[in-house]
Amino acid sequence: MSYHFDWSVLWTGQSGTWLLQGLVTTLELSLLAWLLAFMLGIVSGALRTAPIPPLRWVSTFYVEFFRNVPLLVWMFFWYFAIPPLLPESLQNWLFDHGVEFWAGWFALGVYHGARFSEVMRSGIQSIPKTQFEAALSTGLTVPQAYRLIIIPIAVRLIIPPITNESLNLLKNSSVALTIGVAELTFQTRQIETYTAKAFEALTAGTLIYLMLCLAIAAIMAWVERRVAIPGMIAQNRAGEF
Amino acid sequence: MDISVIVNNFNFLIVQGFIGLGTFTGGTLRLALPAIIFGFILGVFIGLSRLARSPWIRVPATVYTEFFRGVPLVMVIFWFWFIIPFFLGKSLPEYGVALTAFVVFEAAYLAEIVRAGIQSVPRGQVEAATATGLTRAQTMCHVILPQALRNMIPALVTQFIVLLKDTSLASIIGYVDLTKAAQIVNNREIRPFELYLFIAVVYWLCSYGMSRYARSLERRFAQSPA
Repeated sequence: MSYHFDWSVLWTGQSGTWLLQGLVTTLELSLLAWLLAFMLGIVSGALRTAPIPPLRWVSTFYVEFFRNVPLLVWMFFWYFAIPPLLPESLQNWLFDHGVEFWAGWFALGVYHGARFSEVMRSGIQSIPKTQFEAALSTGLTVPQAYRLIIIPIAVRLIIPPITNESLNLLKNSSVALTIGVAELTFQTRQIETYTAKAFEALTAGTLIYLMLCLAIAAIMAWVERRVAIPGMIAQNRAGEF
Repeated sequence: MDISVIVNNFNFLIVQGFIGLGTFTGGTLRLALPAIIFGFILGVFIGLSRLARSPWIRVPATVYTEFFRGVPLVMVIFWFWFIIPFFLGKSLPEYGVALTAFVVFEAAYLAEIVRAGIQSVPRGQVEAATATGLTRAQTMCHVILPQALRNMIPALVTQFIVLLKDTSLASIIGYVDLTKAAQIVNNREIRPFELYLFIAVVYWLCSYGMSRYARSLERRFAQSPA
């Protein structure tokens, strides 16, 4: 093994700028996709518990179809297969505004929306029915019971799994490099190509991902502690991860 | 929609791309099956290490799982793509690189399943085994692991679904799995809609079928506690 380490490649030349640009793109892509996924997740998760069968079928179809197909296939599908079918004006707009970014955004958001949906549904369903009944027996109306009891508990219950899923979304945003989005992994590869220093480039990219994940996990753990209802949640989770 | 592109290339897509039988090494299943088996073996060791008393064993195992769970799989694949030729002095075929990356990466997730499975065995079982005079190793092999494995099965099936979908990422280093096979056909035929929808359906059939199976296992185990 005669590898000459040269960490300076990370801050000489354009590497630093590339890494920063990659980080910004990763955050942009993840954040926008997260918003889409969160909205889709709430709506379809709630619809799956709704008492109206056709709505339930539609959201079940959405969840089961999208989460059971690899994200990479969705990336290719939204990037290669769909733009040619769009109206020409929209196509032109997309090609002027980075079609790969928006295809990647849509693929990531729709895929993770299906996964968020499952988290929402299990969060709502894991609240014991007695909570609801107890709320009604104290004289609350149904909307009040939802607003004051069920939703506040459900939101707290889903913080850990939502954090997990959000981290998955952040990590999965790296798949967008396959359709040419210049996110962090893409830029890491670019530095490697230009400097032939694979170890340094990959280490930098890996550390940035690790720090992002650790930071988000720490923030969410703090949020979870801050909003915890004493003696209510946080027990019975010894075996969970 | 022109499904003749699927019909004409069906053999290449399914037999070569999905199953992995053909003129060259490739295939989604040919990568996914060994990866889950070896990944599980490694995962058992790491999962057990995370529960060890000695910090010299526990801490490295914890670092291993936390590290690989915090890094994108794409990154891990690239790491092995560069590291393996560096340490071996020669380059491995894509199959070897992809299999190594998947075993190492999945082992971190499987270790967490193993750990949760072991922790799901009631404490009283350990105490009862100790009371009958079994040693710690005997307790692990004869009492805890058999029950823990049974509890793990639904989670393992779910993880296999994740792995099966993740193997599509092996195509970024040129491994010819189902996704890459579709790309190859698409480069020739330019029929992205039909091809990508077709492989989506193939993946979906496998994943959805297995997830139904995992759910039925969960229900069956819930009815008859070990």
